[in-house]
Amino acid sequence: MDGQQLHKGVFVIADNILSPIGSTTAENMRHLKSGESGVQQYIDTNILPDTFSASLFSQSHTFLEQEGDYTKFEQLLIASITDSVKELPEIVSSERTILIISSTKGNISLLETETHNTGLYQRIALHTSAGLVAQHFGFVHTPIIVSNACISGVVAIITGMRLLQSRDYDHAIVVGADVISKFVLSGFGSFQALSDELCKPFDKDRKGINLGEGAATVVLSTVANNRDNLKILGGAISNDANHISGPSRTGEELAWAINEALAEADLTYSDISFISAHGTATMYNDEMEANAINIAGMQTIPVNSLKGYYGHTLGAAGLIETVVSLHSLKEGIILPTPGFQNSGVSKPLNVSAEMFKGPLENGLKTASGFGGCNAALVFGK
Amino acid sequence: MTEQKYITAWCSVFNNKVAKNGMQLFDGKTVSIDEFVVGVYKYLQVQYPKFYKMDNLSKLGWLATEVLLKDNIEKGSYAPEQIAVVLANANASLDSDLRYLASVKDGASPALFVYTLPNIVIGEICIRNGFKGENTFYIAAHFDAAMMYRQVSETMGHKAEVCVCGWVDVFGEDYKAVLFLVETHKEGIPFSETNLKKLFESN
Repeated sequence: MDGQQLHKGVFVIADNILSPIGSTTAENMRHLKSGESGVQQYIDTNILPDTFSASLFSQSHTFLEQEGDYTKFEQLLIASITDSVKELPEIVSSERTILIISSTKGNISLLETETHNTGLYQRIALHTSAGLVAQHFGFVHTPIIVSNACISGVVAIITGMRLLQSRDYDHAIVVGADVISKFVLSGFGSFQALSDELCKPFDKDRKGINLGEGAATVVLSTVANNRDNLKILGGAISNDANHISGPSRTGEELAWAINEALAEADLTYSDISFISAHGTATMYNDEMEANAINIAGMQTIPVNSLKGYYGHTLGAAGLIETVVSLHSLKEGIILPTPGFQNSGVSKPLNVSAEMFKGPLENGLKTASGFGGCNAALVFGK
Repeated sequence: MTEQKYITAWCSVFNNKVAKNGMQLFDGKTVSIDEFVVGVYKYLQVQYPKFYKMDNLSKLGWLATEVLLKDNIEKGSYAPEQIAVVLANANASLDSDLRYLASVKDGASPALFVYTLPNIVIGEICIRNGFKGENTFYIAAHFDAAMMYRQVSETMGHKAEVCVCGWVDVFGEDYKAVLFLVETHKEGIPFSETNLKKLFESN
């Protein structure tokens, strides 16, 4: 530890991304920079009557050397945490450390394959998985579990940041994961929200999302362990109070969260070098985000969506996309938005279509989800 | 952050009964949860047809919030962004997950799928009341007063003047809601981990 003191925000001292395109952050970044996507087309009438595209692990993928009795969801969590803390054993066992888990559906796929009984209902509860993961590593405290639709990952990071700022803990290991099965695919399919080909965020021909599975972890700390550590500087959450399955008509509520997150970071919109949007490639989400970004005055700032690389990874999305954005900032690159060609939102937006290289200072991550929820996170050097 | 906050109202809905601030308001006798929630809705004499479209988790949380806020928050006394909702439960949306999954073989229903997330009840509460502040749903095996106290304190320390918080859990015929209204500039029971735990257990 070099003992760098914190003025505001919290340090990100380690991270991991576990996705179909890589098992470490470095591997993911390498593949992202070469334009590799995890999204493939699937035809499987046992799951969906129609062709769909998604970013899924192959059936033979192994996550842990010893799987034990852990489900795929738990293996994702364990593998992602293991990689992120491999050089930080003292943090895992510290009573000053809290584990925060983000997921929307956890072990829900077991309902499709296992006999329904009370034991199964207990087994698939998120707190059961959290207990097993905590026990695996020997965490001192009961983990905190966030399940707040598609903003879960961003909310989990905000939760961790605040618990550190109030000095309740010194370290927060924030992990998110979701597994894609018939349950989730059929649900999004019922909304006519799935694209059969690579999704096209913010594009005029966008026709829906790709789902994706994966996990990611950030290790937050009140103390830096490296000169390069980036910081989470501010975050905020809001609700549209408009509709449970459709976004705000105006985008004002996401814009409010963006402004609150900026205020907490002591920054203004012009200090932001790029935005990692939610960008699901549904008609309504992308339009709402374009509105919000305009209300916040950020329409000339480069914005990308990573959904074309990973699909929408639900409870992992906020974490995966934050980790990619942190490393983008560090490396001075803004990744392009796969699938985007011609703007199809009604407000001006500077969608990143080509790889940009140059110095970057601060970034913004946004997310929105069912239940009318929005979240914004500001990070920087 | 350190400003004292107060529990200005609390409400419990379980065991076929509804109580506010420790006083029983409604006794539904022994009926199924489906009949009970409709009974409470009728007792409240409000017109909100969307209520009937909700799943039981949303109905329960929505009803408890109606009771909690009645005569306690005047419309317009707070900006929408200053009102937060922080809820937790053990079973997430499992009750609706099973209903949705059972429907898939006959054609998946978006009206059922949307309720397969626990935070939809927060969305319903926010739509009803125009709340636009912070909102988070946590999952825990049991009501954890320490965790709830900490999360609400963080939320109110940052953005919110008011917070509706507590426990809303439904699985089959088992249900329990205990909600608290926490405010900064009003008198009430001091907002603390001990008082949250005491009030939760008194119900």
